[in-house]
Amino acid sequence: MNTNLKMPLIRLAKRDSLKPSVVWAIRIASVVLALLLGMIPIIMAGKNPFVSYGIMIEGALSKPGYIRQTVKRAIPLLGTALAIAPCFKMKFWNIGAEGQITFGAIISSAIAIYLGKSLPSFPLLVLMAVAGAIGGGIWAFIPGYFKAKYNTNETLFTLMMNYIAIGIVRWLQGGPWEGRKGTQMIPMFPDAARLPNVLGIYCGWIIILVLVVIIHVYMNFTKHGYEVAVIGDSENTARYAGMNVGWIMMRTMFLSGAICGIVGWMLVSGANGTLNSDVAGGVGFTAITVAWLSQLNSFAMVVIAAMLAVIGKGSATLQTKLSVPASVADIISGVLLFCMLGCEFFINYKIILRGKSDKEVQ
Amino acid sequence: MQKCVIELKNIEKRFGPVVANDGINLQINRGEILCLLGENGSGKTTLMNMLSGIYQPDGGEIYADGKPVAIRSPKDAFDLNIGMIHQHYHLVDVFTAAQNIVLLDEDGKMDMSAVNSRVSEICSKYGFDIDPKMKVYDMSVSQKQTVEIVKILYRGAEILILDEPTAVLTPQETDKLFAVLRNMKKDNKAIILITHKLAEVMDVSDKVAILRKGKYVGTVITRESDPQKLTDMMVGRTVSLNINRPEYQNPQDKLIVEGLTCLNYEGVKKLDNVSFTAKTGEILGVAGIAGSGQKELLESITGLYPVKAGSVRFINEDKSETELVGKTPGEIRKIGVGMGFVPEDRLGMGLVGSMGMTNNMMLRSWRKGKGIFFNRKNPEKLARKIWDDLEVVTPSTTFPVRRMSGGNIQKVLVGREIASNPPVLLTAYAVRGLDINTSYAIYNLLTDQKMKGAAVMYIGEELDVLLELCDRILVLCGGKVSGIVDARNTTKEEIGFMMTSVGGIKGGDRK
Repeated sequence: MNTNLKMPLIRLAKRDSLKPSVVWAIRIASVVLALLLGMIPIIMAGKNPFVSYGIMIEGALSKPGYIRQTVKRAIPLLGTALAIAPCFKMKFWNIGAEGQITFGAIISSAIAIYLGKSLPSFPLLVLMAVAGAIGGGIWAFIPGYFKAKYNTNETLFTLMMNYIAIGIVRWLQGGPWEGRKGTQMIPMFPDAARLPNVLGIYCGWIIILVLVVIIHVYMNFTKHGYEVAVIGDSENTARYAGMNVGWIMMRTMFLSGAICGIVGWMLVSGANGTLNSDVAGGVGFTAITVAWLSQLNSFAMVVIAAMLAVIGKGSATLQTKLSVPASVADIISGVLLFCMLGCEFFINYKIILRGKSDKEVQ
Repeated sequence: MQKCVIELKNIEKRFGPVVANDGINLQINRGEILCLLGENGSGKTTLMNMLSGIYQPDGGEIYADGKPVAIRSPKDAFDLNIGMIHQHYHLVDVFTAAQNIVLLDEDGKMDMSAVNSRVSEICSKYGFDIDPKMKVYDMSVSQKQTVEIVKILYRGAEILILDEPTAVLTPQETDKLFAVLRNMKKDNKAIILITHKLAEVMDVSDKVAILRKGKYVGTVITRESDPQKLTDMMVGRTVSLNINRPEYQNPQDKLIVEGLTCLNYEGVKKLDNVSFTAKTGEILGVAGIAGSGQKELLESITGLYPVKAGSVRFINEDKSETELVGKTPGEIRKIGVGMGFVPEDRLGMGLVGSMGMTNNMMLRSWRKGKGIFFNRKNPEKLARKIWDDLEVVTPSTTFPVRRMSGGNIQKVLVGREIASNPPVLLTAYAVRGLDINTSYAIYNLLTDQKMKGAAVMYIGEELDVLLELCDRILVLCGGKVSGIVDARNTTKEEIGFMMTSVGGIKGGDRK
């Protein structure tokens, strides 16, 4: 190649499939880079970055109590990631998990509030779970129906449904379900409506781990999972194969919403013991990151959700211990996510600098 | 003035593991028509895209008027007076011809009357037939192509690259285009024509450069060569151009289509009162200019395209008839009507690109069996059988079909569709983009199905193939049946006329 000529400075070329070892090396390098970049805001806040990272790890994992806190963060994250995986596989961009969790939580709470004193614990909890699943399912079914029938934009539709669900909780908090007047709070549920603890954490974690296996089987070995995968690749192929695309979309959305609803049930019945408008607390959006990073593999989701929970818990500790502003902790987790997502680009493409083409060819 | 305007030396281009171009040398001269000949996938378009600044070469040099140059963008190509007419046109539908042509002007001023007169001047100089004030959406494919060419000339191009310009033209339109090209050649322009049709090469070119599987084979002077020699250079060995066409005894009616009419979502008639009968033991060819309703015809038979009026009846074994119009593909499958369908869009409709062979086999059988789980054992067996029988090149039955070559993708699709020996087999452009070897393999598979008593429909582009492969040919023209002819007793010209006017010569529309 004649290097005197002005070739473009940077060119991109699609890579052949890399060896798994190289892929993992790139991924690890991206985490290292993220940790290095994350030092910048810590230094600017006047703290020692190494000490800070130590505190983050310590705060998330050093004591059983901390670990329980971390797991509590991971449960809804993992559950929601599992819920949206079938939708994303179908390329149906359900970003309304937040609303589906919330609406599931509302219906579940209604059972706790109206029947909590008259039913024994086990049937009450089952009823709450079923109600939550139906509630979340309906909340997701609505945009699914409109997408299937009128081809509405599911991204906007599911997003808007979030605000409606949260608005309903606000109204309930200040109105019909308000405890002491003026508190704007719903009172704690009776004990019968609370999920029991196992190993010090509400037993939702067992349900979620079972769900990991169920979703894995559903996606990989069932007719439904196959239909979802075909639609995700090409709707025309699905129609060609005789699938009823609209029906499958609605069904999958209902299922996705139902799992979100179950997460909502666990949040009100297990984690919080009551309902408030912040019940989903952004989990519905963070779960998208979890689902994406794990490439919709349910077992990988366990790892990613755990990792994000560690970062979340760690930065919360950082905030209290070193009195670093909350925004610094947010920046660190943001940088980490950015690098992890960004490294997929380098796994798929290589960059050729001007004048280096000869070397790259060999 | 130097005769050689552009010279390529040792050009290389890779896409990941695929070597698209390797050691290509090319000399482009003024006042000459150079044909770039090669099978599909031999790297012709890639090479020209590098000349027009769309791709960057990975190695080798480009010289313009003897000086080394780098073409980094289409703008650099324009500055070297290189213009390319792509297979897919880039025109603004709601603009007129003239407006589309001045899109390329940079100075922002638009004196439309001056533009119109300049466009008319170019047209009369080279013999184009175009009204500068006509809107693009009112134009035929060939008129759109003319606008593309005039656009490039208006900009002052001296070197014109045309990528398979005749693929969408009728024989008559092709002759017109070639006349224009000859005029341009007289005007000392350099013209590069990408094609894989030998007859055209012999007809119009001065020199032929031949590529095979990304490698440069050589350049020959056209009048010192002949089609057989060129074919040998193109495919690397002598191939017989004969397709075996056995006759089936006692064909029976299998599929009766009557008055089939379809509208697209804009309410435009895509099929207009189409009637014909497909028989067992017969390949019924469908010819027509691209977009004459071929796609809609097969999709409406299979329940994928909404039907406005008419009927499609499948004749069962016991001579009873089953109406297919109004049923979804799933319902047609459920009532036991066996139809194989090889759609035009292989990865967008016939296969799932991200899945391997086995999971693609399941597209036809995933619903079988009770319970919520699917059965992967039989599809796996079928995938292995097709892998062996059709010599599909793939590392495994789970390797995503999207990453296979076009020929192998098509083998997977055709293999699956004929696996159950369906009584009706519909194929759309079954050999598009395939090399000669694979094309023949596909022809043989279709003929086998025909001899097993299937009613085969074959939508094709190359009239030569239609004439040799099919028993009867149905010619479509603007969504109407222009005529159905016996493939053994017709000529290319006759079909060509039927493609452009309903009824063909008998219709009296001969120009």
